[in-house]
Formats: sequence, structure tokens, C-alpha cells
Amino acid sequence: MAYGEKVMDHYENPRNVGVLDKDAKNVGTGMVGAPACGDVMRLQIQVNDDGIIEDAKFKTYGCGSAIASSSLLTEWVKGKSLEEASKIKNTDIAEELALPPVKVHCSVLAEDAIKAAIQDIKDKA
Amino acid sequence: MITIQTEDYKNMSTPTYMDYSATTPVDKRVAEKMMKYLTMDGDFGNPASNSHYYGWQADDAVKKARQQVADLIGADSKEIVWTSGATESNNLAIKGIAHFYHKKGKHIITLKTEHKAVLDTCRQLEREGYEVDYLDPMPNGLLDLNVLKAAIREDTILVSIMHVNNEIGVIQDITAIGNLCRENKVFFHVDAAQSAGKVDINLSELPVDLMSFSAHKIYGPKGMGALYVQRKPRIRLEAQMHGGGHERGMRSGTLATHQIVGMGEAFAIAQAEMKEENIKIGLLRDRLLAGFDGMEEVVINGDMDARIPGNLNISFNYVEGESLMMAINKIAVSSGSACTSSSLEPSYVLRALGLSDELAHSSIRFTIGRYTTEQDVDMAIDLVREKVQKLRDLSPLWDMFKEGIDISKIEWAAH
Repeated sequence: MAYGEKVMDHYENPRNVGVLDKDAKNVGTGMVGAPACGDVMRLQIQVNDDGIIEDAKFKTYGCGSAIASSSLLTEWVKGKSLEEASKIKNTDIAEELALPPVKVHCSVLAEDAIKAAIQDIKDKA
Repeated sequence: MITIQTEDYKNMSTPTYMDYSATTPVDKRVAEKMMKYLTMDGDFGNPASNSHYYGWQADDAVKKARQQVADLIGADSKEIVWTSGATESNNLAIKGIAHFYHKKGKHIITLKTEHKAVLDTCRQLEREGYEVDYLDPMPNGLLDLNVLKAAIREDTILVSIMHVNNEIGVIQDITAIGNLCRENKVFFHVDAAQSAGKVDINLSELPVDLMSFSAHKIYGPKGMGALYVQRKPRIRLEAQMHGGGHERGMRSGTLATHQIVGMGEAFAIAQAEMKEENIKIGLLRDRLLAGFDGMEEVVINGDMDARIPGNLNISFNYVEGESLMMAINKIAVSSGSACTSSSLEPSYVLRALGLSDELAHSSIRFTIGRYTTEQDVDMAIDLVREKVQKLRDLSPLWDMFKEGIDISKIEWAAH
């Protein structure tokens, strides 16, 4: 199993690791995956009054590709509207990180995570 | 088990090898001997050429190696059949018995934690109409004799149980298992790929009919193995490889003199040095284990007493094994995580012990050997402690554990 440079970079220096207040009205939390499958992602986004994602944090249990996918995702969603963020596709993530076919499910999980986080914010409104 | 590497692994300083159960480097003393059997100025002849000097020289070398292998395991040299490795030995033993003795019965018993070379061979026999029972081990990895006793039937012809498990290093009581087989007139095959040179084996006393060996697990060359086939009473096998009738018809094919010499030398070195080496390796393993003292949520997989000295299989809960391997890539180890396989299934061996999927995903196998040093072990301890902490800080499961949430009670959406 060989990893590309971008995966290694995100894995070695993950961006935006952390936790936001999950009970805050402007914070959406998406937790996807399952321990039994070897990966669990928790993505949180914080939205300002203009509906723009001003902060994003993640924690991920999983392989290097899962960690890199979620780290990259937090970089991408910052500054985007919920509408824009919901358009991020797993294929974009897989392409950016040059994930091999067996690791594509990690990018699928990242797409699921942002969708779940957006849904959580919408449910709170 | 899987191993990972980064794309630029060729530019990194070489990682410290701690994966001796996957394979071992060839001992230099072994390699030197092997090189004398390849070139024009060496003994390159075909051992079957019984009409000239070149053949006789090669045949002498093969005879010597056969004796060296037999000596380590307390067998007669006539009971050694050369093969290409333990996988072939396992195939020859299991299919060979099943096919030759099919009129006596078509039931075979094995263990769920066996190597794939045994399990997949049994699966093949199932496709041919044989019945196979795959027994569950106890949570410590050992076979409960009562479970075996209950599984033996009138039509059982073969029991195949490994001596030492490749993932967790536990040693099965093959004397007790063999006695039970003898009482029931069932053939007993043992896969000893991971035990030769690590555990005393005396086949002149052991109730074992067939035993598989590998050269590359004990500092010999890859692509070389042997099958012990008991002569008194004589065990018959149906050959899997047909040709020139080599190895008393049980395995045809020109003997690979240099490989055989390598296996012989490796076994001879093991015999001379095993006792001392086991003590040294055991101390290093205990040092490694002690180095993880005080870490939270660490589980040792497999029995700690009935275990070879070089193996430590350990789960660092809430950390995924493959990402841990990436983080500790200064040491070469393997993991029960299956994240790199397409199946997403973690180690079947650890699952058979009753481990949860997440604990199996979190396991790391350290196997140390002849060239491991105290410095290697100390470096591994520091590295693992640091990186496990780093990955736990990144793990949502670790957060939940710290908050007192039982993750086994959560309904996860499987994907």
C-alpha cells in the first residue's frame, strides 16, 4: 500500500483537529462510519450569520487516507456557504489526494460527513 | 496481516525490522553456503544425475541438508520430503491424506486460526465433497481438547492443527492433541512453519504423522520447505506434483540444491543456537512489553505463557492499526487491521479469539528475532508511546471513551 505525498502531508500535519461546541445553534456535527469497519469521522462546522462556514474541526479514527480526507475537507469547507459545501463530491477528494481504488471509501465517508453536518445545522434551525 | 509503506520509502533511512514472523533475512552463514551450489566453479549438478561427479557432489549436499533438517526435529532423514515451502507442504499433507485415504472417511478437523494455506486447502476439499469442521479456539488462542474430542467422528481421517500461530505466537499442545488423534486412529498433521527453531520438536516421540516446515521463517531462503512424513507406521500420500518420481514419488521436480543446502544450514544453526537465542529474544520481548506499562486501553492478544518468545501482538484501543503503522514507520511491523484490503474485514485470527472488530483493527504484531537489539526495542517503545497518544488525540472514539460513552452501545451506520 503506497501513499501519495498529499495524503502523507495531511496525515503528518492534520489541519483543523479539534472539537466545537456540539450544542451551539450555529454548529453542525456529522459523525459517520463505524468502529467495526475501521473508520469513524466526526466533522463539525460553525456557520456565521451570513450562512458562511467560518470554522471547521474534525477528529477521525481510521487509516491515513481517512484522516487525510477529513483534514482536506475541513480546509475546503471553510469560507463556503452550506449550499456550496454540500456540492463537494467524494471524487474531488479522491482526485486531490490521489487515493487508490481501495481507499475511495474514505473519500465517500468524508462526503457523508459534510452532508451529515449540514443536515444537523438545518435540523437545529 | 498487512504491511504498509510510503511512496518515498526508498529514500527513507531503512526502518528497523520487527516483522520476523512474516519472514527473516537469510543468515549470512547460510547465504555463503548456498552460493557454493550455483556456478560452474561450484557444485551445480543435478542431485539426480547418479552417473557422474557433478551429480554425486550435489547429492551429497542434499543428503547432508536432509540430515540437518531431520536432526533439529528429531526425525529420520528418510522422513523428509523437500517442497517449495510450508504452503506446498500443507497442501501435500492435507490433500495427500484426503485423497489417498478417502475410502476411510471424508471428514477433516482444523482450527479457525490456521494459516490460509491450511484453511483454503480445506475449502478446496469441501468443494470436492469432503466435510470440514473449523473449530473455535479458546479466547487465549489455544485449542480446548474437549472441543476436539467432541468433533472427532467415525469418518474423521485427519486433524490439522498448527504448532505456533503466525499472528499471536501461541503454542498448541501438540502432544495432547496427537495422543487424542492416535486414540481415535486419526492422522495428525501439524503446520510447524512458525515453530521450528523456536520450540523444541522431537518427532521420534511426538504423536505426529505429518509436519510442515519453512526455511525462510528461520533465516533460510524463501521458496524452500519440507514435509515430514512418518515412516513407522508408514503414512501414504497421493502426490500433488507428478514427474520424475523424486522424493519417493511424493513430490517430483529437480531438487534445488542451493535452496536445500540453505534450509539445512539454517536448521543446523537453529539447533546449535536456539536455546541461547530464545533467552535473548524473550528478554527483548519482555522489555518491549514492559515499555508499554501504564498505557491505557492496551490489550495483549493470545496467551502470554504458551507463546514463542519473539511475538508480541497487542491492541491499542481507539487507534486504527494501519494509521499507527504509518505513524511508526521507522519500524517495520504488521497489523490485524484490514484497511488496505478491499474486504474491510480485520484479522480472522483475532476475530476467532472473540475480539471485537475495533480491537482487531487496532492490533499491531511485533515479531523480533536474531538481529533485534535493545536499542531497537527502546526506539520502538518511545515511538509507539508518542504516536498512540497523537492518534488518540485525533480519535473521536478516544474522546467518547474519555467521556464515559460505551461505543459498543451506539448504533453505527455500517458502510
